[in-house]
Amino acid sequence: MVIAYVLLDGFDLGAGIINFFVARNHHERSLILRAIGPVWDGNEVWLLAAGGALFFAFPLLYASSFSGFYLPLMIVLWLLMLRGVGVELRSHVDDPLWWSFFDFLFSFSSLLLAIFFGAAVGNVIRGVPLNSEGFFFEALWTDFRLSPYPGILDWYTVLIGVLALATLTVHGAHYIALKTEGDICNRARRVAALSWWALLLLTVLSLVASLYVRPQALDNFHLRPWGWIIPAVVAASLIAMPFFHTRERDWPAFLSSSAYIVGTLGGAAFSMYPILLPASTDPRYSLTIHNAKTGAYSMSVGLIWWLIGTALAIGYFTFLYRFFSGKVSLDEDGY
Amino acid sequence: MDSALSIHRLHFAFTVTYHYIFPQLTMGLAPLIVIFKSIAIRTGDERYNRAARFWAKIFAINFLFGVITGVPMEFQFGTNWARFSQYAGGVIATALAMEGVFAFFLESSFLGLFLFGEKRFGARVHWLAAFMVFVGSWLSGYFIIVTDAWMQHPVGYQIAADGMAHLNSFWSLLFNEWAIWQYIHNMGGALITGSFVVAALGAFYLLSRRQEEYGRMFLSLGVIVAFLASVFQLWPSGDRHGQLVAKYQPITLAAMEGLFHSEEGAPIVLVGQPDTDRQQLDNPIYVPKALSFLTHRRWEAEVKGLNEFPRDRWPDNLPLLYYCYHIMVGLGTIFIAITTSAAFLLWRNRLFSARWMLWILMLSFPFPFIANTAGWITAEVGRQPWIVYGLLRTEQGFSSHVSAGNALFSLIGFMGMYTVLSVLFLLLMWREIMHGPEFLSARQLRPGVGIMPDRTSRREGV
Repeated sequence: MVIAYVLLDGFDLGAGIINFFVARNHHERSLILRAIGPVWDGNEVWLLAAGGALFFAFPLLYASSFSGFYLPLMIVLWLLMLRGVGVELRSHVDDPLWWSFFDFLFSFSSLLLAIFFGAAVGNVIRGVPLNSEGFFFEALWTDFRLSPYPGILDWYTVLIGVLALATLTVHGAHYIALKTEGDICNRARRVAALSWWALLLLTVLSLVASLYVRPQALDNFHLRPWGWIIPAVVAASLIAMPFFHTRERDWPAFLSSSAYIVGTLGGAAFSMYPILLPASTDPRYSLTIHNAKTGAYSMSVGLIWWLIGTALAIGYFTFLYRFFSGKVSLDEDGY
Repeated sequence: MDSALSIHRLHFAFTVTYHYIFPQLTMGLAPLIVIFKSIAIRTGDERYNRAARFWAKIFAINFLFGVITGVPMEFQFGTNWARFSQYAGGVIATALAMEGVFAFFLESSFLGLFLFGEKRFGARVHWLAAFMVFVGSWLSGYFIIVTDAWMQHPVGYQIAADGMAHLNSFWSLLFNEWAIWQYIHNMGGALITGSFVVAALGAFYLLSRRQEEYGRMFLSLGVIVAFLASVFQLWPSGDRHGQLVAKYQPITLAAMEGLFHSEEGAPIVLVGQPDTDRQQLDNPIYVPKALSFLTHRRWEAEVKGLNEFPRDRWPDNLPLLYYCYHIMVGLGTIFIAITTSAAFLLWRNRLFSARWMLWILMLSFPFPFIANTAGWITAEVGRQPWIVYGLLRTEQGFSSHVSAGNALFSLIGFMGMYTVLSVLFLLLMWREIMHGPEFLSARQLRPGVGIMPDRTSRREGV
């Protein structure tokens, strides 16, 4: 569910980030918004559903992480609001000042959101100062070093934040290239090609940094060798991206950046298993899938309704995406 | 009261009160849009289609604001009420997560289809989309009420060895007696809001002599639905909900009515100011014996007053509870009076020329919002001092490790953010109302950016 959110909302966040680089005028910015317009709020609903599923499956993890990450979450909420307002209200008034204001709001909040989401993943990998009851509270930053009592932002989480920014920039550029044509499409491809270098560099850097921060990450790979498939997927998708976008094949390029996202998040989750939220204070305080999960009864009932509900949701989404498929244009009959 | 606790409470109260401005209107409008759409299909009258489209746009703006302000609600269970979430998550998270997968996806996907798919799919699918949006929004409300009803009247749970509540009966959670009547009462309230808004706009169009055709259409439907909903809200929904409060939360009932001392043949107080220190009601105007009859169906029955219960179980903000309850009931009575007269005039064919009545209808639209809000405050302040009635006290439920300073930081942030949202909302509503249904034609509703079709881009694009 979390991965679905990142994939889907990921490209419209990316679209927001590159909005200012790719689209040069009002007409082109309208196009970008039109490419994500019909689907962005549905994508945002995935965030809600993921939050709900987290609360449902691991109440303690939800309670602990949401209150511990209090400040960044509040900021994320405000950014999500600004972004929602920016996307939806831009077209309501015909005035260039109004447009530039909402374009800026849209791009600015998308950019910060990407960094914050990345930093959140960084925090989860690095660990947080959990106490014996499974709660913690983190300031936004302390001294940017990895102490047992770190802030939300330290050098490591900022690095992961920038990695997320690069990832979503590439992903968003692929989506825009896929949904548009002409100048704007070419520019999106160029953005993808350039930011790919940054992505490559950052991937290597953060891989090294992650192994430094969490040396035990490799244990699971020794225990379950099939896990090596995951880094192989990440590497393959990383190579596939420039391969496809230099050949102007936007669909495979978009799929490779999707595979990259699934791979990196999956790899992080795999190396942590069974820990959900590691404690930087005392490893015994870490929240694992065993001590944070909900009661057996509600889990078994939940599996039934959750499968039914998700199947329905995927049904609507497939329908909606097919309905709004194809390149966007501003012509009368174009979508 | 601990100051961090008060700020966390104010935080939730402020954000949820603001949030509920929007869903009550969308849930109230959704069935009315389905009715407009049905009349359009039945009669083939294009004007009803335009009316449906117009209200769908109002709906969509409200839906957007509802989603934007709703996300923080789900987050706050974890951020500000972590201990409660840990305690109750094993039960209520089922309802909240079900809202996500069953209602939200339904509502948001079909809203997209309704707004952008009319030309491509034709009238019947468009009707279906409207209907599914209605189902989605009402289903969404149900899951939220199930959550709240469990906090008001916990059922279907057991306390596990670790001291946390765990679900042990899915169906009793879902069909909690309390949830059913609270839901019915709540949806009646939403319908009153929706229909009053439709009628008020109709009255505005007639009085200001613009789009009068649509003014009459909105007035007729609005007044009829508002009349039915207002009567229904008193009986059976309000009556039955009140009886549940009397049965399971007698302390709350006594506090709502300002009944400090047990009494046989207890009166219903219409006006009066409670004085908690001296435990009496100042300047009361009352109907003798009415309360006994309403709660026990006997004029002489004894109703228990607050003196029968230990002070630490009294709702901690008694005057607020008392006033909100009286505001809700008082406004509900006024709604019945207004809509009965308006419906009578409509029946005699005199409503459209009765300017005094149109003025009343036009100016009355804020009051259903106030009544709904007051009703919710009654329910939630009445639940105090418990966060889960009888099981967990509110001071045990908040995130004690999030300091008062941090909570105030985000509360002020939300206040600022919502001020901006309010300005934008009013601006957009005003524009839509001034455009009115005549402004819309089928070709403008096509896939576009966001809610409103992008008119400028068409000019540039073609």
